[in-house]
Amino acid sequence: MPETHAETWLGYGRADGRKGIRNTVAVAYLVECAHFVADEIVRRFRGQDVHLIGFPGCFPNDYAQKIMERLGTHPNVGAVLLVSLGCESFNRAKLAEVIGASGRPVETLVIQKSGGSAATIAKGVSAVERMKAQIADVPRVPMGVSDLVVATVCGGSDGTSGISGNPAAGRAFDRLVGDGAACIFEETGELIGCEHIMADRAVMPELGVELKACVEKAARYYSVLGYGSFAAGNATGGLSTIEEKSLGAYVKSGDAPISGIIKPGDIPPRGGLYLMDVVPDGEVRFGFPNISDNAEIVEMIASGAHVTLFITGRGSVVGSAISPVIKICANPDTYRALEGDMDINAGAIIEGKSSLEDVAIEIFDQITATAAGAKTASEALGHQEFILTYKSFDPLGPACLPGV
Amino acid sequence: MNTFLKLHRDDNVQVALRMAPKGSIIKAEGGPVGTLTEVAMAHKVADRAISEGEMVIKYGMPIGVATVDIAPGAHVHVHNIASRYTATHYREEDAGLTDA
Repeated sequence: MPETHAETWLGYGRADGRKGIRNTVAVAYLVECAHFVADEIVRRFRGQDVHLIGFPGCFPNDYAQKIMERLGTHPNVGAVLLVSLGCESFNRAKLAEVIGASGRPVETLVIQKSGGSAATIAKGVSAVERMKAQIADVPRVPMGVSDLVVATVCGGSDGTSGISGNPAAGRAFDRLVGDGAACIFEETGELIGCEHIMADRAVMPELGVELKACVEKAARYYSVLGYGSFAAGNATGGLSTIEEKSLGAYVKSGDAPISGIIKPGDIPPRGGLYLMDVVPDGEVRFGFPNISDNAEIVEMIASGAHVTLFITGRGSVVGSAISPVIKICANPDTYRALEGDMDINAGAIIEGKSSLEDVAIEIFDQITATAAGAKTASEALGHQEFILTYKSFDPLGPACLPGV
Repeated sequence: MNTFLKLHRDDNVQVALRMAPKGSIIKAEGGPVGTLTEVAMAHKVADRAISEGEMVIKYGMPIGVATVDIAPGAHVHVHNIASRYTATHYREEDAGLTDA
């Protein structure tokens, strides 16, 4: 692809050496019982880069603890306010310690010790104002594509996704990887049938074995949950086999070699293309791996994603807390219906108005513009969706990240 | 504009970008090919001859095996290719098979 614009911008330099593209104060509830109070604090700062995140469960969960620690130290996050009810099991002291050790301002409010809802909301608003002032002069540092972590997800897919939005995103991924970015794709349950060709793209044969194993794990997991893999309507839309359906999703990973497998919250160790294994390890428990698209987006942000590419056919309207979402609409009719929610019209490929290459360049340029501070459609609308649920994972095997 | 999209250089099928009437022209490496039937949007057509047992390639990757010899310009779908994993479930009346 040709160079189309300057690909450096000023990011936010963090004390731990990472570089962000936003300077957000995160307000985190540590149990559903603290959600309302945390939400009331955030509502006082509408349009001011103060985002609500949190974990609803009262029972402890190592995965949720890890995700919250990674989000609290995400490069787009400048400071964190923790809001605890007081009696929940979440290890708030460890979370505060991890965030503090990264050099970020962090404060904890415990509702049961702070005079209840109204008093905690008032203290929380003061704390956020204090933090905003503290991070206003965070050093601005030069940043380029090689500093970025970019994620991709598809949701609300239809027959157009695999021929317009997903292959265009794949070409954008190829260029990003070529320029040194770390790129993440996932949805192992929709890679069934792609495991052998995907394994051939592994940088090491041992990694190829692991890639096949994690798709096989997804197939087992989903079969216990009773998922059907191919509906009659897929054939109506022109899909002939399960391989073809999976490939429609798989093509958004592009053609680059696969550098490794990560699990939610693992940070890619260097540039390259990574598969995120989102399906829990061990016996099936806690229900569906990801109950909606934002659960996957949150996991990739926890792994450091600065920006997420979201390819949709039917038309999703979501954004996310912490990192901007760029929405790529694969279906030209959907684009016309929901234009205000979309950033890129990949449906133009289907109508012959743009080539895959044109849209890939548009996606790449949108990523660098977003990194330089331009708001995406969902950011401008104020979208901040966030969801985190229970899961359990074993540590990564030694072959998952070759050479690390 | 072209009615058909070739997604990858290695592909032996192309995808209809809109409903294509019988006789619509596909640009192929071996020269132009006419579709043998009407083809619905997002459905596939062979842009060269594919022999029985040969892989059908889309996105540069195999999506199944040809179960019969497929002529250039023929609709490629559930009636002439098969999964190497699980049989495809479809309803005959809804599968968009104008030539079945």
